This record gives sequence, structure tokens and C-alpha cells, in this order.
Amino acid sequence: MPKVSMTVNGKRVSGNVDARTLLVDFLRNEQRLTGTHVGCDTSQCGACVVHVDGKAIKSCTTLALSCEGANVTTIEGLANGQDLHPMQAAFRAHHGLQCGFCTPGMIMAAIDMVNRLGFNLSEETIRENLDGNICRCTGYHNIVKAIQAGAAAMGGLKVAAE
Amino acid sequence: MDDAPPVLVHQAITHDSAIRHVTGAAPYIDDLPEPAGTLHLALGLAPVARGRITTLDLEKVRNTPGVVAVFTSKDVPGRNDVSPSLGDEPMLAGDEISFHSQPVFVVAATTRRAARIAARLGAIEVEQEWASVSIADALSTGETVLPDYAFRRGHPEPAIDGAARRLAGEIEIGGQEHFYLEGQIALAVPGEGEAMFVHSSTQHPSEVQHIVARVLGLADHQVTIECRRMGGGFGGKESQASHWAALAAFAARLTGKPCKLRLDRDEDFALTGKRHDFLSRYRVGYDERGLIEGITFEHLARCGYSADLSLGVVDRTMFHSDNAYYLPHVEIGSKRLKTNTVSNTAFRGFGGPQGVLAIEQVIDAIAHERGLDPLDVRKANFYRDGSSVTPYGMEVFDRATLLPLVEALEASSDYRARRIAIAEHNARSPILKRGLALTPVKFGISFTLKHLNQAGALVHVYSDGSVMLNHGGTEMGQGLYTKVAQIVADEFGLPLERVAITATRTDKVPNTGPTAASSGSDLNGMAAREAARTIRLRMAEEAARRLDVAVSAIRFEDGLVHGGDETMTFAELARFCVLERVSLSATGYYRTPGITWDRAEKTGRPFFYFAYGAACSEVVIDTMTGEMKLLAVDILHDCGASLNPALDIGQIEGGFVQGLGWLTTEELVFDNEGRLRTHAPSTYKIPVASDVPAHFHVELWDEPNREDAIYRSKAVGEPPVMLAISAFMAIADAIHALAPGNPVQLRAPATPEAILDAIDRQRAK
Ligand code: FES
Ligand code: FES
Repeated sequence: MPKVSMTVNGKRVSGNVDARTLLVDFLRNEQRLTGTHVGCDTSQCGACVVHVDGKAIKSCTTLALSCEGANVTTIEGLANGQDLHPMQAAFRAHHGLQCGFCTPGMIMAAIDMVNRLGFNLSEETIRENLDGNICRCTGYHNIVKAIQAGAAAMGGLKVAAE
Repeated sequence: MDDAPPVLVHQAITHDSAIRHVTGAAPYIDDLPEPAGTLHLALGLAPVARGRITTLDLEKVRNTPGVVAVFTSKDVPGRNDVSPSLGDEPMLAGDEISFHSQPVFVVAATTRRAARIAARLGAIEVEQEWASVSIADALSTGETVLPDYAFRRGHPEPAIDGAARRLAGEIEIGGQEHFYLEGQIALAVPGEGEAMFVHSSTQHPSEVQHIVARVLGLADHQVTIECRRMGGGFGGKESQASHWAALAAFAARLTGKPCKLRLDRDEDFALTGKRHDFLSRYRVGYDERGLIEGITFEHLARCGYSADLSLGVVDRTMFHSDNAYYLPHVEIGSKRLKTNTVSNTAFRGFGGPQGVLAIEQVIDAIAHERGLDPLDVRKANFYRDGSSVTPYGMEVFDRATLLPLVEALEASSDYRARRIAIAEHNARSPILKRGLALTPVKFGISFTLKHLNQAGALVHVYSDGSVMLNHGGTEMGQGLYTKVAQIVADEFGLPLERVAITATRTDKVPNTGPTAASSGSDLNGMAAREAARTIRLRMAEEAARRLDVAVSAIRFEDGLVHGGDETMTFAELARFCVLERVSLSATGYYRTPGITWDRAEKTGRPFFYFAYGAACSEVVIDTMTGEMKLLAVDILHDCGASLNPALDIGQIEGGFVQGLGWLTTEELVFDNEGRLRTHAPSTYKIPVASDVPAHFHVELWDEPNREDAIYRSKAVGEPPVMLAISAFMAIADAIHALAPGNPVQLRAPATPEAILDAIDRQRAK
């Protein structure tokens, strides 16, 4: 079985995997990072979104081997100890979750949206850019509010850091 | 010891697992570490919808690398039945195939992949028979899963015939897939002796326990079911979770190894029941002002191959065929049609939404025929003094709530001005037509099966003053655990962190009903409060003895216990209680009072109370393409004195959007062979964020429940689904603009195709 190495949440990891192994299975089964969920298995619901080299991808349809040498961030890699990432804090504060199954993928997609489009996101932009993430519980209203607030908070942090 | 005003109850507290959800640290069953040696299961599925198995050759399956065992119906140690009641649902098909993709055998293998590869290699030969798939098919065969049922009052036929105006029609109502984000899953772990422990993603752990015991031929006490949380349920895990738990337990028993079964999404679509689709026929007679004088409904429900919960579901359709309207002479009939399709089941609203949609369409038809504003016809027909008894004989005690609620929304949504603006817009705009509708919901709260209206709880206080809370309700995202913890923490005057919420387990609280019918917090909140009160009284007695004051002088507040001028911490008192041998563990039990419905006699009171709400939706449709966009939604909803406004508003927003999917984009297509063709979100469209308008205002109607429900709150899980009927009626309103004065014939879901069909019919008038 081929060997694959990558950096996951800042840690170098490697493993021997069947060439067909999906990134989501590598993360969940080999790394025991189970915050990345599988909702549809087929690239449609967004529950499995993680970042590979800073970009959001659906890990249910990405081969682990194709991430050789990559830098992978999962939901578990966002918080700094007890300090939530601003997007995580915003989802909590704005009740952007119910059953929580879509939440990790939503948060990863939201951060990617900020990375691509900036801190000042309109409602409409958020809704359009969330087309790859399904939530069956919330009706999206609080998710959109959370993303808007989380994006602004990320901007605030950046300004504060400069 | 009197009741201090609540500190946590009525507050917008975040979901108890929120931090764990946003950090990915809230485990669902598939996230739990698998016990060593866990086997993975996959299912061999029937290749046709109806027929008899002639040969079943599983040689290739057995010889696949990684496969440990293959089992069929012949291996079942107990009864091969996973039905909730009637004994008509084999866990694995015997000789007879009843629906497409019905499970025939189960493979246990060392990896999920091996099991799934092997499961495809079974040779199932079947003598195929014609499959009854649609409502029309079932009407032609006359097959039903349960007897027909009807109730009536007065003399509807003469009332209709004698009325000044009459209409008749047929209403087509589609089904719906639950699409809980976490699919069906179970992990069974064999224990000592015959014992079996099952993690099941279920709304009904007690029923899963009974069914696992039945299949394994064990007593209930040998089986324990646990559910910490579900990634969504919506009714789809009320009866439908049992099958997978039973299969996992069955394979675990026979192999002696832990066994896990997780359906993949396509299987989940094909193998689990859905919202019932309906054809509802009506005749109505009314006066010049649109006041209904007589009406008959016949609800033809497609139930699938077995009864499952269709008795209660279709009864609830009948119970809600009045929605908020007084129907003087009325007959409501129903047929529970049998088809060779997966058995339809509970789905948020449990049949109620279909009944409400039917009567709302009738009201619209009346308004259109009379040239009246549908809102005026609605209001004119509302339950009112002197006309306050439902078709099933229950008085609408809380009838004074709805009219002011609707009028408040009418004002706040600016309904009348928008109605004029839309008429002007439509006059100028030949292609794009706008529509507006404001529709009410009245939803009966309680299970219509009396024995389900009970709940139990178990509370412990440990010697350090920390509290363990357990109850029979399950958490599927609705925030039940949070609400019940708020209630218990307030009983003890403790902060929420001192109350540990624990997974629902059948060995902690037995004989529970499902978490369904919106009644989770009504029932379990009461039971948990009862348990906490029992302990609190014992603790107060001990405190009173120590402080030498009357029990009535003891107060629990902010983690402290006060009596006279003295104070001790709750933890100190707990420790004293242990030293003085005072029990700090109690069960609580609750049964809903006043429920007297007798189905056979068709008399009595099925509901404890009604929950109300109303929504105003505006849409625009493109009459060339059938495309639709929802532009604005305003909602006013009655949660009584809300236990937690943040969670309740979340239920309303989510319920509305789920209802919107049901009525606009979510279309289930079965082919003539009985195969579900829309078995993934690629072909079955679930609403996404861009389907929901930015203008989406939800307000709570602030009026305590007149019945003595927990803290005078009202249930909120299901009623909001029906608020989405306003969007459907707004679409109909836009179509109506093409040929005013003619009732619109629009089938649900109002997909672009359905809208175009309705437009053609409207133009032809
Ligand atoms: S599981 Fe990857 S998109 Fe649904
Ligand atoms: S919170 Fe349940 S799917 Fe989004």
C-alpha cells in the first residue's frame, strides 16, 4: 500500500493507505479526526469540507493520496486551545446550528468564503456562496447571520494584529 | 419552599452542544471509537419491487475477501419482524419481495468496503410480478394497509347541495424525503451472556429496544439502547431507525462481534419511508361571502407496502382537514392505500400538513371563485364563539388566539398595501407575476394514541452538588436537552453547568414514547421537573432541620440554599444529605391530562391544546419558464411563554424552510417498476441558502398557554412546517392573476413543471 504524508492541523502525519482511500476516511479513521462528517458521500452536502492548502474542498471525493505533502486543516484545527476561531464563536453566538451535523463543513466553507471574498460579506454573497452546503435543520437564516458576523470578527482580528 | 421565578427558563440560551458542534467534538455514532473487532455490515437488496424469490445464491458473497458471515431471514433467532406494531415488516425478506431494494440478506465483513462489494455479488432470482406503485395503481387493486376510516358531523351532502355556491376538485400532494444530514446508523455490541447494547440514531429508543429483543428472541431487559444525539430526525428516525439497529444486533448476536451498519445516502433514500403523498378529493358548498356550509374530503394516502405509522399519520391528516376553520356539516374520509413501495412514515407534522394544505386550497378556490381576498375568506371561516367545535367533536378552547394573531401579522406585514402594489405590478408586467398569501396554522398538540402521552426522567444529585439529568426524550438538534436542563437547573437554583445532560438510554428510563408529535419538552420537561422537585423537597427538609426553620422558608438560588438568615452552598447541603442518609436520586413521571380520544367511538379530546401561527409570503414567478423566487416571508408564531426563544425561533425558521422544500422543490419520482429515481441530492432538490430570502422575519406571539403545560409554553417542532403553505398559496395567487375569478389547480410540489401546467390550465379557462 502506498504511503501518504501530509500536515494535518499543523502536525506531520503519514500512513500507508489503499490507493482508493478518500481523504475523509484518512482523516476520520486514521487520524481519528471525526469532526469532518459524511452526509451524502457524493460531493453534494458539504458536511465533509476541509481546507487543503488553504482552499475548501470536499473530502468525500478527494483521494488521500492526492493530498501528498499538502497542508490540511479540519474543524479540529481552528480553535487555539480554549479560544474559538471567530467563525466558530459566531456560529455559537448566533445559533447557527441545531443538530450540528452540517456545522463543521459550514464553518470551513465560511472561512474559505472570507479568504476568497473578504471580511465584508453581503447577505446575498453569503447565500450564493453557500450553495454547496446543505443544512436540513436551521433554514440558513442564523447561519448567514453567523457568517456575516464571523467574517467581520475575522477582519477585526486582522486589523488588531496589524 | 416556594417556586422562585425562573432564571434560565424563558432565556435565549445556546444549544447545550454548541461549543462541541463548532469544534467538531460532538460525536455522532459513526464518530465513536469502534470496539476492537468491529464488523461492518452491508445489505443485499431486492432487484424488483414485487415478486417471489426463486433462488438465492450467496456463494460469491461468502467468498469475497474480508467477508466473515452472510445471513438471511432463515437465520433470525427470534421473529423476523421490525414493524412498530402490526407484524408486517420483515427485517430480511423471506420468499416475498414487497418493494424495490427491500433488504434480502446482510453481509458482515472486516471493512465497510469489503461488505459493500460483497453485497453486490448476491444472485437473487425473482419471479417478478406487476408492481403497484402509484395512487392510481392502488385504487385499481383496491389494496389497503389498514381499514378505511371517516368521521362526520351533520349532513354534509344536503348542506353542499343546498348551498348557494359549490365547488369540487382534486388536490395532489407530494411526499418528502427527510434527508437528515446524518444517515441511518446503528452500532451493536454484544455484552455478557445474551445482553445486547446498541447505539442507535433513533427518536424512539424504547421501540428499538423492543424490536431488537423481538428479533433476537430475548426479553426487553437484555437489550439496552443508547442515543446521545441524532444529526437530524424529522420523524424519519421515529420508526425507521429500528430496522438498522435490529440488523446490527442480529449480526452481532450471530457473529459474537460488534457490528455497525451505516446506510449510504442513496440506500437511505431507497430503503426508508417518506412523507405520505396524497390525492385529496373534496366537495364544498358555501354562501356568497365564502362561508363554508358543508364539505366532504376523501384523503387517499399512499402508505407503501406496510402499515408502519400510517394509522396515526392519516388520522392526523383528518384531524387537520379543518385547519383553523369551522366546518358545520362535514365528512372527512380516508383510504390507506397499499403499494409496492417503501413504507411511508412519520415526517414532521405527521400527516397534519397534508390536511392543512388541502383545506387551504379549498379556501383559496372559494375566494377565487367569489372574487374575494383569500385572507378575508379565511378570517370569515375561523373558529369563533358558537362555531367552535371541530369535526371530531373537540371544542377549540383557545380559539381567541388566532384572529388577533393573524390581524397583527396582517398589519405588521403590510398585507393590504402589498396586495394593491402587487395587483398594480401584475397589471404592468406580462411575464413576471407576483403573488402574496397570508395563511394560518392551528396544530393539535398530543399524540393521538393516548398511551404515547407519557414520559419519565431520572435525576441524581451527587455529594458534590453536581446533578445528572436523564429523560426519555431524544436530541435531534431541536434543543430538547437544553430546555430540560434549563428547567432542572432552575428547580435547584443552579447554573446550567452544574447539570450534566446524559444520553438517552433505555436502562435509565424505560417504556418511553417516541420524541415526536412536537411534545418532547412538554412531556420530558414535566417529568424531569417532577424528579428534581422530589429531590429538592428532600433537600429542603434536611436544610430546614439543620437551620431550624420551616421547610417553607428554604430557598434555592444561585447555587446557594437560604433559610432564615443563614446560607449554605448547594454542594454543602448535598453532602449533608448524604451523611444524613437522605436519598438524592429520584424518578419523575408525567402523563398529559385530559386526553380522552376514543378512535372507535370517534369521540373525546385528542389534543391537550393547539399551537397557532401565521405566515405571509410573497413570490414572483416567471410565466414563461415556471421559475419561482420567494421574495419575503413574515411569520408570527405562538410558542406560548417560550421556554427558550432562540431555540424556538430556530425551529420556526427551520420548519418553514423544510416545508418550503416539500411544497416547491422536493419531488420524489418513482418509475413504473417502483424504483425511486430521485435518490440523492443531485436529483432531489433540498433548499439551499439562496432559496431563502433575506427578508425572513420571525416574531413570537407572546401569550402564555392557557393549559398547564410546562411553564405555560407551547410545543414548536412541527407547526412551523405548515407556515410554508403561505409560499405555496402565494404561487397560486400569482398564477391566479393570469385569469382572475378561476380557482387555480396547482399540484404540490410546485416545481417549475407544476407551475407551468397550472399556468396552462389557468389560461385555458
Ligand atoms: S459528504 Fe462530502 S459533500 Fe456530502
Ligand atoms: S444543523 Fe442540522 S443539518 Fe445543519
